[in-house]
Amino acid sequence: MTDAAVTPAAAPGQPAPVGGNLVNALSVLLAVLLGVALYFLYRRFVEGLGAVTNISNGYPWGIWVVWDVIIATGFACGGYAMALLVYIFNRGEFHPLVRPALTASAIGYSLGGASVLLDLGRYWNFWHILWPGYFNVNSVMFEVAACIALYVVVLWIEFSPIGLAYLKRTKLAGFTNRVLFFFIGLGVLLPSMHQSSLGSLLIPMGYQIHPLWQTPLLPLLFVTSALCMGYAVVIFETTLVGAGFGRDVSAELPLLGRVGKVIAWLLVAFLVLRFGDLAVRGQLAAIFTSGGRSVMFGVETLMFVAPVAMLWPEAPRARLSVLFPAASLMLGAAVLYRIDAFLVAYERGASWSYFPSVPELMVTIGVVALEVLAYLVFIRILPILPGHAR
Amino acid sequence: MSVDRRQFLRGGMGAAAGGACAAIGAPTAQARDNLTVPDHALGLLYDSTLCIGCRACQSGCKTVNALPLEDNVGGALWDTPYDLSPKTFTVIKLYKDGAAQQKDAEQNGFAFLKRQCLHCVDPSCVSVCPVGAMRKDPVTGIVSHDPGRCIGCRYCVASCPYHVPQFSYDTPFPRISKCELCKEQLAKGDIPACAKVCPTGATLFGTYRELTVEIARRKAMTPGATNTFPRRTVESGDTHERRAATYTEQVYGQTELGGTQVRYLAGVPFDKFELPVGMPVRSYAAQAETLQHTLYGGLVAPFVALAGLVAFAYRGARAHPDDDQHDEASHD
Repeated sequence: MTDAAVTPAAAPGQPAPVGGNLVNALSVLLAVLLGVALYFLYRRFVEGLGAVTNISNGYPWGIWVVWDVIIATGFACGGYAMALLVYIFNRGEFHPLVRPALTASAIGYSLGGASVLLDLGRYWNFWHILWPGYFNVNSVMFEVAACIALYVVVLWIEFSPIGLAYLKRTKLAGFTNRVLFFFIGLGVLLPSMHQSSLGSLLIPMGYQIHPLWQTPLLPLLFVTSALCMGYAVVIFETTLVGAGFGRDVSAELPLLGRVGKVIAWLLVAFLVLRFGDLAVRGQLAAIFTSGGRSVMFGVETLMFVAPVAMLWPEAPRARLSVLFPAASLMLGAAVLYRIDAFLVAYERGASWSYFPSVPELMVTIGVVALEVLAYLVFIRILPILPGHAR
Repeated sequence: MSVDRRQFLRGGMGAAAGGACAAIGAPTAQARDNLTVPDHALGLLYDSTLCIGCRACQSGCKTVNALPLEDNVGGALWDTPYDLSPKTFTVIKLYKDGAAQQKDAEQNGFAFLKRQCLHCVDPSCVSVCPVGAMRKDPVTGIVSHDPGRCIGCRYCVASCPYHVPQFSYDTPFPRISKCELCKEQLAKGDIPACAKVCPTGATLFGTYRELTVEIARRKAMTPGATNTFPRRTVESGDTHERRAATYTEQVYGQTELGGTQVRYLAGVPFDKFELPVGMPVRSYAAQAETLQHTLYGGLVAPFVALAGLVAFAYRGARAHPDDDQHDEASHD
C-alpha cells in the first residue's frame, strides 16, 4: 500500500509518515493474536460469557471490564494529558508529542468503547444507554458511557485534520483547524469527567469495596492517576516506537524529561491524596492488617513511589534509561491500582473467587494487539511522528 | 521562558478556578436524601424463629415463576440449591453451630434464613442501572426488572449489597433474574407464593405498615409465653399458637441503607447468616447520586469548565499554529 520510497520528505521536526512495509513479523504476530481472540469471541457469542470467562455472580466484572475499558482508557489518556499541557497550560514546546499521543488516544478509546460490546450480556440492546427514554441520568455508568462515546467522536474530530490532509481535502482540513480549539477544550473536559467517574463506579458498591480503596475521593484519585498514565504512556510509546523503528529520539528527549517532571509532581499529589484520605478516614492501620490486600496495597504503593524517586533528580531524568523504566513502573502502578480497586478490593464472601481464564486473557491480549496494529499502520501511513533522520 | 511560566501559572489558576466552581457549584442543593417507604408499600416479614426449614417457599416460588430444579452441590440433594441463582429466586439457608441441638440458639444451635430480594427502600440496583431496567414501583415499592431494557452490564449484580440479582452466564441470550414479589400474582389478587404456602407463617405478606405493627407486637412478646401467629397475611385470620422465641434486638432491614421492604426477625445475630451488618443508614444510592449530581447537576459545572477550557484552548491554538504548518507540509 505504502512504502518509504513514495513518502514525501518532511522538514526536520515536522510530522512525517514512518513508511515501510505494513506486513512484517510483528504485524503478523499481532494478527495471529487477534485471530486467537476472534476464535474465543466466537465461542463467547455462541455459548455465552461463561464458556470463555471465569466471571460469575460473585465476580460479575472481570478483566474484560477492568482491563479492556477501565485500564485501556487510562492508557489512552496521552491525548488528554498532552492537550492539557500544550493548549490549556500553553506549553507549546511539547507540540511534537501531541500527534502521536492523540493517535494512540483515538485508537485506544475507540477500541475501549467498542470492547464493551464483547462484555455486555445483552449487547443487542447497547444503544439504550445513549437513547433518551432509556438512559438513567442517576447512574454513574450512564455518565461514563455517554462521556466516553462523545469523547471518541471528539478525538476523531481532533485527529481529522491529519487524515483530511492525507486525503487532500485541504479546505475541510483548514476549516476543521479553525474550529479545533472548541473540540480541544471539550477533549480536555470529557476525560476529566469520565476518568473520574470510572472511580465513582465503585462508590455505590459501598462496603463491598475494601476500605483501603473505597473512598469518596475515588473520582479524584482516578482522574489524577489517569493523567499520570497519559504522561507516562507518551514516554513509553515514544521509547518503544523509537527502538522499534531505529529512530533517533534525541530531539524529543528533553521534552520527555520535562514530561517526567510533570509525572513526578502529579504522583506526589496522588500519594498525598491517597494517604491523606486514609488518615482522615482512620484507615491507616488497615494498611498492615488486611492480609493479602495489605500486600497488594504495599506493592501498588511501592510502584507509585519508585517513579517519584527516579524522576525527582534533574540529571537522570534526561536519560531514557531512567525515563523509560520510571514510566513503565508508573503505568504498572496505575494498572495495579485499578485492578486492586475493582477486583482485589472486591469483597463477596469466601465462597467466591476470580482469576481470569486463559481464553479470557487471550481476548484481552487480542484487543491490545489490535490497538498496537492499528497504531503501527497509522504512523506508517500518516504524518504523526516528528520527522527524523533514520 | 518566563512568559511561558507566567502563562503556565495563569492556565493553572484558570483550571483551578474551574475546578473550584465545579466543587462549590451547588453541593447542598443537589444533596440527594434517602428515598422513603412509599405510602402503600408492600413487603414480607420473615421470622426465622417460626421457620422449620421445610422449603415449601422454595417449591412454591419455583412453581409460580416456572423455574427449573437445579442440583448444584453434587449429590447432596437436600442441600440443593446452595444459594440464589438464575433458577432460584429464594432459598432457605441454615446456620448451625457445634452440636446444633437448640433451635434459634447461637451456640450449639441452628437457625434458618430466607434469602431473596429484600426490595430496598432506596435500591442500589435501580440507581446504578444505566438504562432503567431496574425499576422501583412508586406505589408498591416492588423492585422489578425489565429484560427488554437490560443491556447485560451486570452493574446491578456487582452493586447489590445483598448479592441478589443473578445473571446467566451459560447462554448466549442471558438475562438478570430475581424475586419480583410475585407481582403477576398480586395483579391477579393473589399473594406471593412463598407466603401463600408457608405452613407456619414464617414468611408473612402484608403492607409495610401492617408488618411494622406485627414486628412491634412480636418484639413485645414475653419469650416462652404462648402467642398467636398469623399465616399468609397479617389479616388472614388463619392463625396458630406457639411459644414466642427470644428475638435479637436487631430487625434486619429496618434501617440498613435506608431500609428494606422485606424485613427479618431472628433469634441469632444476623451476621451469623452471612448478611452484611453495620451498614450505614444513608443509602449507597444516595451517596453516589449526591456526588454525581453535585458534579453534573444540570450540567452547570461542566459548561462552566468547558467555557474556561475552550477559552484557554483558543489562546493555546492561536499561540501555537503549528498544526497548519504541519498539514501544509504533509500535503506538499
